[in-house]
Amino acid sequence: MSLLSVRELSAFYGDFQALFGVSLEVAAGELVAVIGANGAGKTTLLRALAGAVPGARGAVELEGRSVAGLPAEVLVGLGLVLVPEGRKIFPSLTVEENLRVGAYRGRPGPWSLARVQRLFPILAARRREPGTNLSGGEQQMLAIGRGLMANPRLLLVDEISLGLAPLMVKRLYEALTAIRAEGTTLIVVEQDVSQVLAVAERVYCLRKGAVSLEGVPARLGRAQLAGAYFGT
Amino acid sequence: MAWVDAVVQGVLLGGLYALFATGLSLIFGVMRLVNLAHGDFSILAAFLAAAAVAVWSLNPLLALALVVPLMAALGYGLQWLVLDRLLGRGVLPAVLVTFGFSVIIQNGLLEAFSADSRRLNPGGIETASLSLGGGLAVGWFPLLTFAVAVLLLGGLQLLIGHTAIGRAFRATSDDPAAAALMGIDNRRLHGLAMALSLAIVAVAGIFLGIRTTFTFGSGPDRLLFAFEAVIIGGLGSLWGTLVGGVVLGVAQTVGAKLSPGWGILTGHLVFLAVLLLRPSGLFSPKRRVDA
Repeated sequence: MSLLSVRELSAFYGDFQALFGVSLEVAAGELVAVIGANGAGKTTLLRALAGAVPGARGAVELEGRSVAGLPAEVLVGLGLVLVPEGRKIFPSLTVEENLRVGAYRGRPGPWSLARVQRLFPILAARRREPGTNLSGGEQQMLAIGRGLMANPRLLLVDEISLGLAPLMVKRLYEALTAIRAEGTTLIVVEQDVSQVLAVAERVYCLRKGAVSLEGVPARLGRAQLAGAYFGT
Repeated sequence: MAWVDAVVQGVLLGGLYALFATGLSLIFGVMRLVNLAHGDFSILAAFLAAAAVAVWSLNPLLALALVVPLMAALGYGLQWLVLDRLLGRGVLPAVLVTFGFSVIIQNGLLEAFSADSRRLNPGGIETASLSLGGGLAVGWFPLLTFAVAVLLLGGLQLLIGHTAIGRAFRATSDDPAAAALMGIDNRRLHGLAMALSLAIVAVAGIFLGIRTTFTFGSGPDRLLFAFEAVIIGGLGSLWGTLVGGVVLGVAQTVGAKLSPGWGILTGHLVFLAVLLLRPSGLFSPKRRVDA
């Protein structure tokens, strides 16, 4: 059975429709990449799955249980957690407090403050500083760490490497491997296609709010991907 | 010595003002909500205590145990049912609605308890005093009020600084949408903040009723002093609120010493001076609260 099963998901911002009947399946333990051009609906898809787009329509099942229409704070309790675009670190909270807020729902699981600090040692070294004092890449580590503190079954990571230095991106991808080793399932939205396809089991390409291609990265040709990405 | 006395009395009066101001500051900090009925809620609490005293002949200090939870429940309910719908649309809708609450509470109190002024009688403590020597004496009750203010502010500081609920308060204050993504139920948290706010102002209202007489229309003055204490101390700083209350209290008692009619006026003038010279307050915290 799929961990996450989405059928015909549509989402709107006022009169503007951002998603047109997106369907996808994610099995437990997978790392699924979502790629697509700017404005293709990647962020909206993750936000809709996380319960942060009011009025989204369609069927969403988490481990066979319908979770469509549930608000974000309830979904976190069920183990569906979004690391949002722009990281959204809380400026009034220290690095450690930002992490602890992630554990607000108290879901049991492998991730604890110590475990997250071991994954990202910088978060232990600078734990007393305001979260927003960190560099962009460190803030992304903090945002991912904060998401892990909720002990998610499924972690959605939006724009994981956007605007970050190559070395930082490399570290974040190494962390993804460690996160998967704990059995956490991941959906990662990424601009840098080659980077994410190297680690993803499966990929969905979005174009104009719909799935234009789905498959196993190794079996997809360059031309096929480019076609799905750009619509040529 | 008379001046020292005025300052000491002012400091203790400041404790009462801090009690009024704390809840106002808390809900503004957590959800950017300006509650214009804050003073009226304190007077409502004082009348509820008066009713409990009349019906069960309770000591008004014991009535706290009844009225404080009641006001907390009222706060949670109002936030859940009414006020939470107004958030995120700017300051004005909440200002208008809470102004409406203010009118409703005042008229409700007038209807239920008449226009007579009241006082709560705790049986002696309100007049007992402690001699400090040199002709100085402080009342036990103002001392108790000040101590309660310090304890409540300290407790609130601990709650906000060192507990999961406190972190959630700060997170939702920073960014409610991101807080929801962390599993925080903003509506519930806002309800808790309003419950705390009205619980603390209920204490303030009952202490006020023991200290002095009150009528159905005493609320707005209290609101004004509370605002002044918050602004003098610096928005977003709890200890600043205590200092703000003390500065206001001292200004009023020293002003009244200059001339009996000048007390309130001096308080307002000091408030204006702080607003001109240090608009962010004496103790603006490191983090700026964006209004």
